[in-house]
Formats: sequence, structure tokens, C-alpha cells
Amino acid sequence: MNLVEPEMQVATAVKPILEVEDLRTHFFTRDGVTRAVDGVSFTVAPGETLGIVGESGCGKSVTALSILRLLPARLGRIVGGSVRFEGQELLSLPEGRMRDIRGNRVAMIFQEPMTSLNPVLTIGDQIAEAVMIHQGASRSDALRRAAEMLRLVRIPDAEKRVGDYPHQFSGGMRQRVMIAMALSCSPRLLIADEPTTALDVTVQAQILKLMLELKQATGSAVMLITHDLGVIAETCQRVIVMYAGRVVEQAEVLELFDAPLHPYTRGLMASIPRIGLGRRKRLAEIPGIVPDLRKPIVGCAFAPRCPIASARCRAEPPPLAEHRPGHLAACWHAGEMP
Amino acid sequence: MSAPVLEVTDLVKHFPVQRGLLRRTVAHVKAVDGVSFTVAPGETLCLVGESGCGKSTVARLITRLVEPTGGSIRLGGTDITKLDDAAMVAHRRRVQMVFQDPYASLNPKLRAGDIVAEPLENYEAMGRAEREEAVAAVLKKVGLRAEMMRRFPFEFSGGQRQRLGIARALALRPDLIVADEPVSALDVSVQAQVLNLLVDLQEEFGLSYLFVSHDLGVVEHIGHRIAVMYLGRIVEIGSKDDIVSEPLHPYTKALISAAPIPDPRARREKLVIEGDVPSPLDPPPGCHFHTRCPFAVARCRSEAPALREVRPGWNVACHLVET
Repeated sequence: MNLVEPEMQVATAVKPILEVEDLRTHFFTRDGVTRAVDGVSFTVAPGETLGIVGESGCGKSVTALSILRLLPARLGRIVGGSVRFEGQELLSLPEGRMRDIRGNRVAMIFQEPMTSLNPVLTIGDQIAEAVMIHQGASRSDALRRAAEMLRLVRIPDAEKRVGDYPHQFSGGMRQRVMIAMALSCSPRLLIADEPTTALDVTVQAQILKLMLELKQATGSAVMLITHDLGVIAETCQRVIVMYAGRVVEQAEVLELFDAPLHPYTRGLMASIPRIGLGRRKRLAEIPGIVPDLRKPIVGCAFAPRCPIASARCRAEPPPLAEHRPGHLAACWHAGEMP
Repeated sequence: MSAPVLEVTDLVKHFPVQRGLLRRTVAHVKAVDGVSFTVAPGETLCLVGESGCGKSTVARLITRLVEPTGGSIRLGGTDITKLDDAAMVAHRRRVQMVFQDPYASLNPKLRAGDIVAEPLENYEAMGRAEREEAVAAVLKKVGLRAEMMRRFPFEFSGGQRQRLGIARALALRPDLIVADEPVSALDVSVQAQVLNLLVDLQEEFGLSYLFVSHDLGVVEHIGHRIAVMYLGRIVEIGSKDDIVSEPLHPYTKALISAAPIPDPRARREKLVIEGDVPSPLDPPPGCHFHTRCPFAVARCRSEAPALREVRPGWNVACHLVET
């Protein structure tokens, strides 16, 4: 077992477009400090689709918001670590320079297409705004670009619909608008936070297909955040599994599903009811609930729910270590069966 | 075969759409538009479909949380749509409901024990000690500890709250539990705990479930039979094994094909249907699905297909499916 230095994790031929190192984001509430993100490190290669999967409260969304520095300042603070985009440190960047990157080089799609669009502006103006700010385009050029983007995400009658308001679109169409807006400045990295969770399953299939096609066409990297291992399996090349604010496993998608090493990942996979499984047999359960992140966690955060936890697990946090080529897990007993 | 616990025939619910100062009715949303099915003792029938298909309205009609516009709902042989409030009281205990949101469906000001005791107070002449014992017993059945009855809902996790909701539904030993998306607000690891619990309780008490869900994985796990709904109508109904392995209606095919499978080796060409579900205010003429159906022919645009038996115990509403 080799402990991997952060540098070694990116020992691939291409230089990563995004490097997140030991990121720590804490929330300061009346009830105490919540360690929402507690030492997260990973990289994204150019053109890659990286999936981040985990259950509510694991820190996957806060990680995304931290990268773009979009956290509500009153509550959440990045207390440590580094985020480098194309080699440039983002965490110490002045807000003005950060704005040049946000929505331009790095774009984000949110879960709720209804609340992420401004209800009193036309769709065209909302897409054009980013193009005008970041690319210095005139309003008429920007609106033309907006119509072109709407056509790209296959909204029928794009030229007419540029003048429509968000409420005139269905949920799936709004998410297409969000994608059009995010891609309007040709970002190098697209962060999609649960982009299909609020959508019906037949619409989800359309949106995921569209996202992947556009990614192929533009060559941008995608960071896809989801709670759904099915979505991960169908769309991602590499996967990071998070639990209680930490990365517990990281691997290529085939490797992860073929040979999951962390007991949490295994538990998650076994507990999904899936089509084609046939007989009504018992689902594997992960007993208990996620830990309270306001209390300091001694040892492995998963130990209280883990079927193979030992005394060491309860005392000492396991480092994220490489157990097979490119396959990292934070577990003292990685790969052992219960 | 024993008599069904629940027999629903031609159930219709139209919600009026009112506009303007005088709240004139300008249109009707045909939320449920002629739905028929039965649920046998000890059986789970799953109602599947996407938002706006009417599945939750069916659940609410059966518990009479909303009143039907037409059709009949027979519970153990009695048509409950015709009963007045007094007569309904006796029937309510036979069908109980579990709701989707474990946060909104529990009174935050009541202790867990009082929440579960409420149906017992309404229906059983019990002394306090006896009732407390019954509450403790039912809490134990759903995997909660008896001493938790003193706690308030906010002291429970999402999964534990849903167990509390199930305990409340179970307290009166109903014949039928109507569960409306009972696990969709839960994380998968906790979802598995609740699904296993529902299966265990069914085996122990011979319960029937009408299980409403949008998640085909969950439906395949828990269901014996499946009814697929689209814009207020059932488009396909039959045994789970048949429908999942060989769906006949194009909409069912698309629905099953669209569900993401957690296996990267199973990445496959999907039958991706275009567009969104049309507004139930103004559903397309003929077959409601024809606007999105890749196989639609002229007849589908004008004539609504009847739900007909194409294989034994397997009904499909599609002109193109051969008997």
C-alpha cells in the first residue's frame, strides 16, 4: 500500500485543469462549527467527466460552491487548502478577477432550474448578459449568440423563444436554458450540481444525453455531482465517492463498479433497488445514519456504520491511499470482505 | 382467488381551474380520467408514472382526502364514495396512508408516542397504560425503541421519521396501506432500510400496499403488480415480472429504458423520447402519448385506445400492441 502524495495523484500525462488540494470548508452556526468539507483533494483532467457521488450532507455541493467561491459569506468559510484552475490559485484571487472566471472559464448548472433563473428577465437577456460581460459582445450580437445556444440545446423555435420568460418554459426546457447559459462562453470546466434531480426520468435521459453530446463537441471538462450511482455509471469516466465531508474512494468508473474497495461504496451499491435484479430479495442496508458533522470525528467517519470496522478504524483516520493503479480508498481494511 | 381488498372502477377526478374576480370555472384538469384496478390481499400494486400523471391523486382519492368526480372505490366490497362522514369513519381504519415528506407529515408539536397513539384514541377504547403498551409494541415493529415515544419529531432523522409515519399507519392494523412516494425523500442507504421494513411488515401482517412511486428500481423491488399511468390514464397494468422484462406499451418501454442503471457495463442505447409531458389542462386528443411516441400512426392521433387484455392478466392501452 502506497500513501499517495497529492502530486503523485496527477501523474498522468496531461496537466489537470483543476487541482483541489486539502480543501476545508466550515460552516459557523449558532450550534457550532460544521465541517462540511474536511480535507478534500482531487483533480480534473481537460475534457474529462468526473463524477462526485454521495448522500445528503456529504459535502459534494459545498465542494462545488467552494471551488467557485459562491458560499454565503455569513455562514460558510473556506478555512484551508487550495483550488488551482489552469495553474492559477483561485482562493486568494481578488473578487473582481474571480468574476472573470466564473460563468466564463468555469460555469455551473444548478439543481433547481426554476430558482436559478431570474423570473423577470427574458431567457435571451439572461444568456446574453454573460456573453456581453465576458466576451465584450454588443447586445445584438449577444442575443444572436443566445438564439444560437438555444438551438444548440434543441429548443424548438429558438429565435422566437429568446424573448420568452422562464415561466413559459417547462422544467426540462428550463434546464436546457441553464445548459445554454452555462456553455455560452465556452467554459473549460462545467460544474453540474444534481442537474437532473428535479426532472422526470424520461426528461433526465434527454438532458444527460444532451450534456454529454455538447461536452464532446466543445471539449470542456465536466464535474457532475449527483446522489445517483445510476447517473454516474451511465455518464462518468472517473468517480469520487464522498462521505461526511471527506473523499473515501476514487477510481475509474469500471474499476469502481467492478471492485469497490471502501465498505461505504459497497454498501451504497448493494442498497440500490435496480431494474433487472429480478426476485424480491432483501436489499442490503447500511445501518445507522450519517454522523453529526458538528462533533469532531475521531478515526474513520464511517466506522460506526461499518461491518468490518476495527479498533484502529475508531482511533485513527485512514488516509486516502492507492491500493490498485489509479484506485484510491481511505480505509484501513480496503477490499476486505465482512 | 380471494376477493380484492380494493376495487377501483372508472375513477375520475376533475379539478376545476378558476380565473378572474368571480372565480369562474374556465377549464378542468383531468387529473384522473377513468382509472380501474384491483388490489388483492397481501399484494403490492405499484402506481408508476412521471409528474402530473395522476398517481398521487389516485392515492388521495382512495383515502378520500379528495372527493372523486365519478367512479367507484370498493373497500372490502363497500363502495366508499357513497358513504356519508359518519359511515366513513368505520372504513377509514381499514385504509391508512404513509406520506412522502417525513418532515411535513408529522405534527412537530406532538411527541412521537402521541402521533402514533392518535389513531388508537380515535378507534380503540383503551386505557392509558394499555394504549402506551400498544404504541410501544408498534414502535418496536418499525424498528424504533419504546423510549423514543417521549421525543419530538425534530429529534428523529429522516429515515426514523418515515418509520414513525409507518407506525402511525400500522397502529390500527389496516387491510391496506396507501404509500405515496414513501422513500423518495430518503438517501439510498436509508431508503433500503425502509423498503425492507415495508416488505417485512407485509409478510407479518398480510398487508396490501398501494405503492405510488416514480422510481422504477424501487417499484421493481417492492411490487407484485405494476400500473403505469400517463396523463390521468393507466396505459399498462400487469405482473411486475412481465412488464419489467417485456414492456408492451411504448411509454413503459421509454420509462424503463430511461431509468439509469448503476452498472457502467450496461451502458446502452436508450429509447429517449422527445419532449415533456403535455399539460393535463389540455391533453392531446386520441392517445395522450402520441405526441411523444416514436411509433404513433394516424389512428393514435384521433382515437383513444382502450385498456384491453392482451395477455392473461396483462392489460395495455395501445392500438399497436397485438393480442
